[in-house]
Amino acid sequence: MLLSIQDLKVAFRLGKEHGEQQRALAVKGVSFDIPENSTVALVGESGSGKSVTAMSILNLLPTNAERSGRILFQGRDLLQASQSELLAVRGKEIACVFQDPMSSLNPVFTVGQQLVEPLITHLRMSAKQALVRAEELLHEVGIPEPKRRLKAYPHEMSGGQQQRVMIAMALACEPKLLIADEPTTALDVTIQRQVMELMGKLKDKHRMSMLFISHDLGVVGEISDHVVVMRHGEIREKAPVADIFNAPQDGYTKALLACRPSLSENPARLMVIDDHIAGKAADMDHKAKDPDAPVVLEVSGLKKSFWLKQGLFGKREFQAVKGVNFKLRKGYTLGVVGESGSGKTTMGLALLRLHEQSNGTQGGQVMFDGRDLLTLGRAEWLQMRRRIQVVFQNPYASLNPRFTIGQTLREPMEIHGIGSSTADREARAVALLVKVGLDETAMHKYPHEFSGGQRQRIAIARCLTLQPEVLVLDEAVSALDVSVQAQVLNLLKDLQDEFGLSYIFISHDLAVVKFISDEVLVMQNGDVVEQAATAELIAAPREDYTRRLLGAVPRGYQGA
Amino acid sequence: MSAAAKQSRGVWALAWTRLKADRVGMVCLWIVAAFMVLVVLTAMDVIAGNWQKEIGVPNAPPHIVGPMPPEAVGAIEVPKGPNVDLSDIDPLAPRYAEWEAAASKYKTEEITRAETLPLGADRLGRDILQKVLKGAEVSIVVGLLAALVATFIGTLLGAVSGFFGGKIGDLLEWVYNVFTAIPSILLIFAFAVIFGRGVMSVVLILGLTGWTGIYRLVRAEFMKHRQRDYVRSAEAIGASSASRMFKHILPNVSHVALVQLSLHVVSFIKSEVILSYLGLGVSVDQVSWGTMLSEAQSELILGYWWQLAAVTVTMAVFVTAFALFTDALRDALDPKLRGLE
Repeated sequence: MLLSIQDLKVAFRLGKEHGEQQRALAVKGVSFDIPENSTVALVGESGSGKSVTAMSILNLLPTNAERSGRILFQGRDLLQASQSELLAVRGKEIACVFQDPMSSLNPVFTVGQQLVEPLITHLRMSAKQALVRAEELLHEVGIPEPKRRLKAYPHEMSGGQQQRVMIAMALACEPKLLIADEPTTALDVTIQRQVMELMGKLKDKHRMSMLFISHDLGVVGEISDHVVVMRHGEIREKAPVADIFNAPQDGYTKALLACRPSLSENPARLMVIDDHIAGKAADMDHKAKDPDAPVVLEVSGLKKSFWLKQGLFGKREFQAVKGVNFKLRKGYTLGVVGESGSGKTTMGLALLRLHEQSNGTQGGQVMFDGRDLLTLGRAEWLQMRRRIQVVFQNPYASLNPRFTIGQTLREPMEIHGIGSSTADREARAVALLVKVGLDETAMHKYPHEFSGGQRQRIAIARCLTLQPEVLVLDEAVSALDVSVQAQVLNLLKDLQDEFGLSYIFISHDLAVVKFISDEVLVMQNGDVVEQAATAELIAAPREDYTRRLLGAVPRGYQGA
Repeated sequence: MSAAAKQSRGVWALAWTRLKADRVGMVCLWIVAAFMVLVVLTAMDVIAGNWQKEIGVPNAPPHIVGPMPPEAVGAIEVPKGPNVDLSDIDPLAPRYAEWEAAASKYKTEEITRAETLPLGADRLGRDILQKVLKGAEVSIVVGLLAALVATFIGTLLGAVSGFFGGKIGDLLEWVYNVFTAIPSILLIFAFAVIFGRGVMSVVLILGLTGWTGIYRLVRAEFMKHRQRDYVRSAEAIGASSASRMFKHILPNVSHVALVQLSLHVVSFIKSEVILSYLGLGVSVDQVSWGTMLSEAQSELILGYWWQLAAVTVTMAVFVTAFALFTDALRDALDPKLRGLE
């Protein structure tokens, strides 16, 4: 056994209240083993304690953490190890790769300088030897022109390349264990696929073990040998990967597998965790949509460009969206997919005129109810605005922290004169809260008292106060845990059926887009690459780029 | 459940809870509050109303020092014994009785000037205790008002510049650059020449020259916040620019302005002292900590240290308490520090 964690408990001191030390128990007695030359995955939603468990191995926790139990690495207990012993282990025998490569690399040093550092400190190489070795490492992780790249600064590389550099740094001293904390979460799907394949290959080549932390069972199924499922600081199930996917024992594991939308199945509603524990089956009953529904939004030749500063006074035009055309029917959903930088969010915000005019030019036509939204005057635009609304990605940022939920929901109605009195507006707000699955008590609370999923429901309720016809959902479920994501997606479908809303659903996640959309727009570098009905696009993609995107979606465990 | 019980604790209530847990902060809050009460009482002439009365002997020492030894008057000896009777040779002697009758109509009251006073007296014999209290009123009012003026100007310009950016932002940046390019003491002199002397002049001088730092901080906060999703959401529901600036963003950055306000109170009190010391401060018939310090300079040479000591100690207590209170306030209000307590 390379690493054996026995009854690990981690608590965080939270300061004193009434003279008593308050503690939050984040990990409540966790035990599992990592055998040599194998990959163990820790899976769980946010707050499950998976990262805390992994970080306590090398004691990379904040200073207010208290650990107990045993962490045996090759027979030595790392919990008892002194600071200097830990320093010797860190980087040399156990290395880490973190989630966000942009913030893990130091921006003021070149890649070469950062790669050389562990080689000189741990392996006592000379500067010259270390440089040669660093070049080999960059070559090994698949970075082209490694010699030239050694002199590059992190910002000169793409996100995928930065993560490769992080992996190269972790591999520098040939560690026996690599801890990877959500290493692909911040990357686009196609890059994620490349990085995962690279990690698998390197693991075999160097005969090391890997502790792979992820919230995504799809990714875990492809890369790991053993899976440990965690929830609320406890282990719910640990088993070889085939057993987890083919015969899950725990209700929570089953639910996690079921509530993730997939490319192969086609339910009308996603399963949520409570459903699964109650033993309900997925609802496969699709409501047929009216093929002759009126067109609410017709976009033609929509362009958006930004001014980039160049030199002292010069500026250069950057075309973020280069001409998008689509029609959206009442009660239909248009999915917009693409990788980061494809212009999908810029396109969505351009529809709502939420870009600052001074930053760049906008062109094309957005016909809504016979009028072009882009050329409306201020007063007319205010009137039209209530009919087209937006939900943003990050539910933690999109609600004003100093407003109660009641104030947040009343404000749009006050601006547009909906409802006759404050009491009437309150009543409407409460009704909408109930509709999105919250209750009246929420009215007097502040956003920080709600979870991410609840906040996103409130953001949706705020849009609904204006009785809009079109909702732009900009990565509206991307920041949510899978189980919460399923609930919000179901809610969106219910609301669409009830109010006949039309959605423009912007996402990087093809599986989610497939679940909710009737038609899909694939964007790349500001251009629409492919546009087709959802089923058609998934079954028979015409463009190479679409095929690559589809091929990169993690599919979970596929059997040997 | 009653309506009050349902009401959740807002950000301000949480900040108050955190502030209450800070013992140093609370002690300082009480000290500052006590000074504020004193300021109100002196302003209403309840106490220190007759600070201009010369109630002690010149430069009377404090009680603890004891009365000054009598000064040597000169070489001529004061004659002892009764006055020489001149009535037999004085031609005016018959009118003595008349004069005495006239004199008895007036009553001469012997003013007994105090030998010592609680904190001593200045060179005119005015009570230093009362002077310090009256001086505190002027200094603190100047500090607070000037800080309010500076914060108001800084926040307003910062909000406009940060929110709109572009040409308006450039214009305000130029104004800012002009103000910061001139050495501050020179700028203060220039304003002092225009406004003349008096409490309100000092408030305006300090307010009009001291807003620049606040402007930059508020501008940066507004630039950061106008990109936030909650402000964009407000724009999407049709909220006007003014509503987004002052209803949405301002409450979220108000802790910056508030902390700056209290920091500037301290620095403006010190500036007022310097201005008055240089003779550019409050008018001569008023007293402030600055004018007292400037008087104390010449007294100190003669060994009369009590005026200087009284002012320095009072000022030090107030400024230290206010600064520590500001620190506690920032810790309580700054959301970035949350979770570190």
